[in-house]
Amino acid sequence: MASTPDTGQRPLSPHVSIWRWHATMAASIAHRVSGVALYIGSALIAALIISIAMGPDAYETVLGLVLSIPGRIVLLGFTGALSYHFANGIRHLIWDGPGTGFSPGVASMVSIFNFLFATLATLGIWALAYYA
Amino acid sequence: MSHQIRTPAANVRGLGASRAGTGHYIRQRVSALALLVLVPWFVISGLLAMKGGFASAHDWLAHPLNAIVVILTLGAAFYHMRLGMQVVIEDYIAKTSTRQALLVLNTFFAIGVFAATALSVLNIWISAS
Repeated sequence: MASTPDTGQRPLSPHVSIWRWHATMAASIAHRVSGVALYIGSALIAALIISIAMGPDAYETVLGLVLSIPGRIVLLGFTGALSYHFANGIRHLIWDGPGTGFSPGVASMVSIFNFLFATLATLGIWALAYYA
Repeated sequence: MSHQIRTPAANVRGLGASRAGTGHYIRQRVSALALLVLVPWFVISGLLAMKGGFASAHDWLAHPLNAIVVILTLGAAFYHMRLGMQVVIEDYIAKTSTRQALLVLNTFFAIGVFAATALSVLNIWISAS
């Protein structure tokens, strides 16, 4: 059988399922998942903006959908994803710009901090929406 | 040859890096930098405006400065989203035809929704002035 002689020299990634769960891994997966969630949720923000241009009736209809119970659950997910993606995005910019924060201890701590920040920022946005 | 990571077959096929990676990397980060400032403003300012009902939300977008910064936010966000979703599609969709179709749809979605929202804001701003 014809084979490529150099194949044995190529680097191989360990299969994802053999990795032990750790904070940086969860942070990385959550960054991508929240990014995709924001992509889908952007349609909601777009609908609100377009409805303002269409007039009060259209706006009230869209706002009614957004503020329904299922709408509020989606909105909670959206604000959570936005808060998390924002915090972890700053970490990515620090990794790529100044190039610090790569040591396992710091990276894990920042991961946990980002999850905490996202929770608090989400609560902050909802507090602003209800009480401001 | 043994030091090369790519196989001879890969070299002959000429596939692989399309030499667009660096540009993509920089654009993703430059749009992230813009969003770092724009998103907190958009969330807080927009939320407070919406609390006052339709008239308040409308007035918010009718103000030139708000309209301009909202359009900048939308531009940076949909650009950043398109770049991010492109990587997700390239990572997970192995079948070429499906991948290419999704990449095209991704571009259409991002540009389409950006145009719809930005023109809506322009419409509000211009008809109010």
